[in-house]
Amino acid sequence: MARKPRVKSGRNVEQATTGVLTGRVWQFGDDVDTDAIIPGRFLTLYDPRELAKHAFEGTRDDFAGGAEEGDIIVAGRNFGCGSSREHAPLALKGAGIRVIVAVSFARIFYRNAINSGMLPLVCAVAGDIRDGRIAELDLEGGILTVEGKRYELEPVPAFLREIVDAGGLVEYARGLSEVTTCREAMM
Amino acid sequence: MGATIVEKIFSRGCRREVATGEVVMAPVDAAMIHDITGPLAIQKFREMDGKRVFDPGKVIMLFDHQVPADSIPAAQNHIFMRMFAEEQGIRNLDLTEGVCHQVVEERGLAAPGEIVVGADSHTCMYGATGAFATGIGSTDMGFVLKFGALYFRVPGTIRVEVNGTFPNRVGPKDLILSIAGDIGADGATYKALEFTGETMEGMGMAGRMTCCNMAVEMGAKAGIVPPDRITWAYLRGRRRMEPFELAADPDAAYLEERSYDASDLAPQVAVPHNVDHVVDVGEVAGTRVDQVFIGSCTNGRFEDLKEVAEVLGKRKFSDGLRVIIIPASRAEYLKALRAGYIERFVEAGALVEAPCCGPCMGGAFGLLGPGEVSLSTSNRNFKGRQGSADAKVYLASPATAAATAITGEITDPREV
Repeated sequence: MARKPRVKSGRNVEQATTGVLTGRVWQFGDDVDTDAIIPGRFLTLYDPRELAKHAFEGTRDDFAGGAEEGDIIVAGRNFGCGSSREHAPLALKGAGIRVIVAVSFARIFYRNAINSGMLPLVCAVAGDIRDGRIAELDLEGGILTVEGKRYELEPVPAFLREIVDAGGLVEYARGLSEVTTCREAMM
Repeated sequence: MGATIVEKIFSRGCRREVATGEVVMAPVDAAMIHDITGPLAIQKFREMDGKRVFDPGKVIMLFDHQVPADSIPAAQNHIFMRMFAEEQGIRNLDLTEGVCHQVVEERGLAAPGEIVVGADSHTCMYGATGAFATGIGSTDMGFVLKFGALYFRVPGTIRVEVNGTFPNRVGPKDLILSIAGDIGADGATYKALEFTGETMEGMGMAGRMTCCNMAVEMGAKAGIVPPDRITWAYLRGRRRMEPFELAADPDAAYLEERSYDASDLAPQVAVPHNVDHVVDVGEVAGTRVDQVFIGSCTNGRFEDLKEVAEVLGKRKFSDGLRVIIIPASRAEYLKALRAGYIERFVEAGALVEAPCCGPCMGGAFGLLGPGEVSLSTSNRNFKGRQGSADAKVYLASPATAAATAITGEITDPREV
């Protein structure tokens, strides 16, 4: 009898869409790829906490041991480029990260983050925010405050809001027995 | 205003006019999962209370990242996926056929006008056969397995026109590296790349696959070559489908139009650690390497191996260098075997492995140690991609890889 793979249940996908979050800024700069977030040799792991132990291994070794619940990843352009591995947002989630603020996100990572119950937020000047500072994030107001400076965040696009509000794609999909496709919507 | 090829594909899927920017829940024509992202997709499908997949005939399952199983967890993942395939009646292509994207194309599972998703970022390769194909994550794939549809925002298109004839030993990989260097790693994010022009029209399917494969390295959602005579000839015997016209309207609205000249292109190399950090081979010639990897979904086809064999001739690969050659699929392996290339490679000192992702996966085998340098025909040179984060990976064409494998240092293939 084969064992199931080590996939942690997706129950309790908490979606941090309201309230105020305070945490340390982890600044990563431009073009952070998913191989950096979680190297290929750890892809047989699926438990976010196990993956978190290897997050940024070899590229930023102080992260896995130092990141705490509520910390915020801040980055420049193209965060999460490369492989479609969902292990990447899961590894960050396992490390306690709920929110990533970046100048821009790679497409697949952005969707994966939303689906995994994380909040990827776009901020045109996120690259200016300094590493190690304490940030306060007002989720409803969409404002990130670091060192007294207020950074405006773009809201999650409306069509993804439905998924975010449900608590992630699993929660969104669980209650549905079928979806209306664009083909049927017309008929 | 006319429609782009991507708008036409979504309009076809939705059976109504769909325009760039619209968000649609589009039915998918095929969904591919592999041994790394598949187990999580299946788990998500179950968490979504999925009981039966939307259509077992449209779910493609392939093992290629860790084959044959390189660890007990990998073997467990394979067992788990096999059980799911059996339970759901999915025809599992398993670990014997090769790299997922190559096999999908060979089997004619992605055809012109279709919308295909895969739980792997290089799914965009199927644009070579005129499909709109894009990589998705495992949760999105769980959704697709349950419903057979997915949300898409219809992307705008960048038209890439390529004209001119390639100089000797310069080809599709050099072209796409050069384009990636120009557009940048995020220059096409959320967009589609449509490859046109006389160079693309004259290019065989192998080269078109190389180009579409790397669309994601510019952030693109899809890369596509308008289907033509060459596409339909490739699909004959692989897919029962009457050829039909599928092309952008002459007055289609593009986000951007770019043009390139293939005739003055030098062999290109992407230097560590970004795919868009691209230089002419001359700028890095002489760099010592420890390993050369020839293979992957980007450049593991017969045409690539033929190029390697031609550059190699009767010579040997450099002493002390690890030359790893992996045909992309069983079919490509057999073609190379029958042409005598495999024997030549082994004689010359290469390690020829069974079809799989090999070192490109960065976890199975062929890993680099700290301080080592690799030149690879694959698609990514990120830090740590092929092993140690203190290793360096250069990306180049099969011809440049062959020349480099002969001398042991990065070498212009026109000079060996």
